[in-house]
Order: sequence, then C-alpha cells, then structure tokens
Amino acid sequence: MTSIRLVRDDLRPPGPPPRRHLLSIADLTRDDVQRLLGTARTFESALDREVKKLPTLKGRLVVNLFYESSTRTSSSFELAAKRLSADTLNVKSAGSSVDKGESLKDTALTLGAYDPDVIVIRHPQIGAPQLVARVTDAHVVNAGDGKHQHPTQALLDLYTVQQELGRLEGLHVAIVGDVLHSRVARSLLQAFELVGIRCTLVGPPALLPRGLHAEMTTDIDAIRDADVVYVLRMQQERMETGANYVPSLREYAARWGITPDRLRPGQKVMHPGPMNRGVEIDPRVADSVDALVETQVRSGLVIRMAVLYDVLTGGPVGVRALAAAEVA
Amino acid sequence: MLHTKPRTGEDIVIRGARVLDPVEGIDAMLDVRIDGGTVAAVGERLDTNAHRVVDAAGLVLAPAFVDPHVHLRTPGREDEETIASGTAAAAAGGYCAILAMPNTEPVVDSAATLGALVETAGREAEVAVGFLASITRGQRGEELTEMAELADAGAVAFSDDGVPVASAGMMRRALQYASITGRKLALHCEERSLSHDGHVHEGAVAAELGFHGYPSVAESVMVERDLALAGFEGQPIHLLHLSSAESVAALRRARDRGMAASAEVTPHHLVLTDEAVRSLDPNVKMNPPLRAAEDRAALLAALADGAIECIATDHAPHALHEKDVPFEAAPFGVTGLETAFAVLHTHLVLPGALSLSTLVERMSAGPARVFGLDRPRVAVGAAANLVLLDLDREWTVDAQSFRSRSRNSWLLGERLTGAVAMTIAGGGVAFES
Repeated sequence: MTSIRLVRDDLRPPGPPPRRHLLSIADLTRDDVQRLLGTARTFESALDREVKKLPTLKGRLVVNLFYESSTRTSSSFELAAKRLSADTLNVKSAGSSVDKGESLKDTALTLGAYDPDVIVIRHPQIGAPQLVARVTDAHVVNAGDGKHQHPTQALLDLYTVQQELGRLEGLHVAIVGDVLHSRVARSLLQAFELVGIRCTLVGPPALLPRGLHAEMTTDIDAIRDADVVYVLRMQQERMETGANYVPSLREYAARWGITPDRLRPGQKVMHPGPMNRGVEIDPRVADSVDALVETQVRSGLVIRMAVLYDVLTGGPVGVRALAAAEVA
Repeated sequence: MLHTKPRTGEDIVIRGARVLDPVEGIDAMLDVRIDGGTVAAVGERLDTNAHRVVDAAGLVLAPAFVDPHVHLRTPGREDEETIASGTAAAAAGGYCAILAMPNTEPVVDSAATLGALVETAGREAEVAVGFLASITRGQRGEELTEMAELADAGAVAFSDDGVPVASAGMMRRALQYASITGRKLALHCEERSLSHDGHVHEGAVAAELGFHGYPSVAESVMVERDLALAGFEGQPIHLLHLSSAESVAALRRARDRGMAASAEVTPHHLVLTDEAVRSLDPNVKMNPPLRAAEDRAALLAALADGAIECIATDHAPHALHEKDVPFEAAPFGVTGLETAFAVLHTHLVLPGALSLSTLVERMSAGPARVFGLDRPRVAVGAAANLVLLDLDREWTVDAQSFRSRSRNSWLLGERLTGAVAMTIAGGGVAFES
C-alpha cells in the first residue's frame, strides 16, 4: 500500500485481534517458517507409529473448498485434517451451487454458517482467500489462488530441501520454466528470501515477469551452479492459442527441458506436479534417484498438518506441539 | 449543450470569503452579491439588499468545477446511477457541470436515445449535464454514428470511451467526419492486443502478485497512433484518462508541434500508484490501471505545467455485489465525484505538490475550455456557478453519506482535509453541507 493511502492508526476503530490465516508467504516471518517446519518434523515422527491418527484437532471442522481441479493438494489437506482427528467437509465447485452461478461470497457465507474452524480454499482468482477471510469467522488457508500464491507448496518445498540437503541458508535453487503463470514460483521466491536461499529464475523471455525483483535469465546453462533445479509445469491450460509465449512445446522442450545431460551428477530436481514428461522434464530425470517429487508429496502431508495445527492453536514451537498432541 | 432542471435564480450575498478565480486574476477577501442567480457585484462590504447572507469567513469562494468524464449509467443501469443521483453527487463535489459518457445500455448512438436523456436531464439534473454520443454504432468500431444529427440533438462531443476504436482506418474516417460538427473526439487509448486480460499495470507489483499485466505501452502506442492521425487530418482530439509517462511525452511532443491536443487525468492516477493494488481491493481496479511512481510523477508534472489541461473523475459507479468479488472478477471503475476536490487538496495541495489556484483552474476553466463550455467565473454579469470550499475541515469518507447510488470509492474510510461547503449551480444553491 502506498504511503499516501494510510489511515492514521489513532483513527482506526479498535477491532478484535486478527484471526490466524495462511494467505501468503508474504505474511510470514522467518520465525514463523522455522516454527512451521519444526512442527511438521514433530508430526512426521508421530507418523512412524502403527496408529497414525493423533487426537489433536478432535471436534474441529475443516472445510476444503476447491474451485480448481487438484489431486495432491486436496488429498493431502483432507488426509492432514483426518490424521489430526478433525472432521472434514469437501466442497468442489463442479456439482455445487457454484454451477448455478452462486458467488464466492455467498458460498463462503453458506459454508461459514456451519461454523468451520478452518476453510481451505483453492480458487482461480487472486485474492479469493482474502474475501473468504473477510466474510467468514473461519481461519483461512490458501491452497492456491490464481497466479498469486500457494503458500503450503512453498513450505513443503522448504521442508523437503531441508530434509534432503540438511540446511536451507546459503543454498542456490534455479526455478525453470513458466514463471509468469506460476503461483508456486511466486511463493517460493518469497520463502527462499526469508530463509536465505539464493534463487535464479530461468525461462523463455515472455514467461519471465517484467519487473520482478529477482535474478532472471533465459540461459538454461544457468542451472549448472544450482544445488537444486526446481522445474515448473508448462501450464498448457493457461497458454491461450495465439498468445505465442513460446513458438511450440517442442521448441520449449529442446531449449529449456530438463534432461540428464543438463544436470550435474547428484544435483537434486524438484517439481510441484503434475508433470508433463517429455516437455519440461525428461522422463529419465523424473524417475532418477535425484528427483524429489515423491518426497515433496510426503512433505505435503506433514506441512499441511502443521499449518492446520498452527492456525488453530496459535502455533507453539514444535516440541510443544507434540506435547499438546500427547496430552489431547 | 448542457441541460438542467429549472432552477430559480437566487438572491445571495456571500460575505467575507477568500475569492479565488485564477483566470480572472482574483485572489482577495471580498463579498460577492448574486441577484436572481447572476453575479451582480464583487467588492468589499457590499450591501445585503435583504438577500440571504452566507457568512463565508475562513472559506474560499471559487468557480465551481466541471467534470468532463462521468458515467451516469442511464439508460440501462439505473440501479447504479441515474441522472438525478449522479448530478446530486456532482453538486456535493462542488461541480456545476458534468459531461456524461455514452457507453450505456443501449449506447448513446442515436438522436432518439440522446433526446430521451436530454429530456430527463431537463427534469432531474441537479447541475448542468451534457452528453457525449458514441463515435461508432454500439461502440462496435464498425460504422460511424450519424454525427451531424447527434450534434444537432445536443451531443457535446463523441467518444467510444470504455473501448478503443481499434481500426486506424475507422479512426481516420471519424476524425474526417466529426470535423463538420465542430465537436471533438474524446479518445480512450488502449491497444487491446497488448492489454488483453490485463487487470494491473505490468510492473513489479503485478509480477509479484501474479496479475496478468496491462502494460503502459498498451496506452501509449494508441496515443501515438491517434495523435498521428489527428495531426494528419488537422483535427483536434481530447485524450481521456491518461495514465502513463510515455503517453504524456507523446502529448507534449504533439502540443509542441502546435497540435490542438488536450488531455485529462483522474484523481486516482494523480494520488495512487500500482502499490495500492497490494490491498487486492476491487475499488482500486480501474481502466487504465494505476501505474508506477514515475508515471504518477509525469502526470503530476504535466498537470502542474498545463500540458494536461483538465482533471476528470471518470466517475464509474458499480453495484455493490459486482465489486464484492475477487479482484480479477470485479469490473473496472471507481466513483469520484464526491471526493475529487478533497483528495486532491489533501494529497497534492497540502503537501505542496500543486497550488490551490492550479487545482481550481484544472477542475473548472480547463475542462470548460477543452469542450467549449461557458467558463464558470467570478465576474459581474456571469451566471452564478460557484463553489464555497472549507479547506480546514477534516472528514472521513463514509459510504452512507454518498449521494451517488454506488459506493465503489477507493477512499472509503480515508481521512481527508478540505470539503465543499456550498455549490451554486446555474444561479441556485445545488448543495449545502
């Protein structure tokens, strides 16, 4: 917000303390990130047990409101809630009143009438989670809004990198591909900055956003120096015909596709999924031991458990989280 | 060319105001006497003649404002604004005259549609209102409207505002034909193949938030095209709601060549930058979008030195439910009539970026000159079109107080300094706080 548009604090009406949401990585501090990663580690150790369910969020209601198709994110939020013993309610836009033209506000008000503790929302438009947070009393978790943010993806990626490489600070990650349309890239950039990871964006000129404050290059050789190559999906559903971001997927694959010969031995490769094998990622890379794609999915579960726990409990540190889980 | 409901000229003496009329060269503590709606005397310690006396000590009396760019949403969307509500909002903002854009439902592209508006304005309008007619039928960019008949029926100028005239050939024909009417073309400059699907200025903020960018070059290439065509045809044009530094540079080059090209700028482009979009508030979504700090600086410099001659609100009312959606789903446009003076006084005049007299000139004489309207003025014999301003009054913008039927203001809850105390339009009191 520009300095011109400030209401003096002494003129603001006193309001209730803000509810905890996870809308954007931009709202988090480095301490918040460390706390969430710590909580996720605690939950991961609990998942090694024979009975994986924790009673922590028993009696709580988590609504998953998905306006876009999703496998990974929706299933892992649902499972995360269930592992913590919360009740879950899954609403998808297809087959709901959304098909009858109900506005997001009215759908949110309707679901809000059930007094959910958390609403997890994915929506094709930027700012949809903010709207839900404004019109309901629930804690809102952004599961992806348009090209804006996908904060739990960025957190699970940090968690994955930390587990695999043992640290975060001082690492170098190259993000390759369609940055323009990628909410994952936007969230990652902010998350990397918070924890001290250097980031280089690599892709075709029209898919690197103009004005973004980041290290950017069109040269695929720039991935050589990186500890991790993070491959973005070529989002064909956002590539309207005639847009000509690239001449063809064939040329994209030849120029920017991640093939074994473009990687150093031992260089780690990540991908948020779903993958287009043969376009942005060579199938040999996707199936190699250095690809962390399945680890990312597993991280997604514990990170989402940590996020649900954190927004609902005010987020004590990881050790106390487990203690709370034991007591409950 | 302007239309208003019948109003009895009033007898008033305004006592002890700082009278400020930059064009007449007046800035002094004076009394002004209005007899039957006409300024009868300007001087010290005037007789009251049993007139109503308005004690204006501490207030500024200036020529009332003229807004060359308003959307009255009538016909078609009377739920958003009517001639009565829009002109009441104008009166509350200190305006004595406004011009209404033709992008209604149906579009004002025939003498019949225009005639109905003129008739309604003659019954309902609280301040004088003039109507623009469209350049092309239905604003589809395919066939010219019957401009001669429309001019005879009262069209003040022609515009396809809201959509650009995409074809250069069509624009040339419009310039040629409009010349016989003596009316200007007022142009919305946007190259749609560059702006398409764009919601936010293409720059750092859009890149960070993930908005599809609407680059400033989408405006400036069209400004350059239209200036080239107007220069080639030797016709005057008016450029609507300029937003970018490149467009300002093109305008300056054309004016330096001696072209009759004028332009307007909105309060929101003068005060905000694309940083405001970080709030994701649909009430900072407008077309053209808020741009970068350099663009804002270029607009302000051009306004100050006169390259941009007028301030236009581009008052664009929208129904509450249409704006109560995620940013990308919201329509473009914000209201502005009731806050324009106060926000510009607060954020340009008080910090010293623009003088009060320049602000008054650009909100009053400038737009009147560009569209060939009578200039509101503090002069004996002139119809009383005056505004009393309380520069010290602080107030909070509150949707409940709007005369407009819509409340999609970017200033809701903001604290402003400077208020309209009274508007005298067409010789009568149209607003009094």
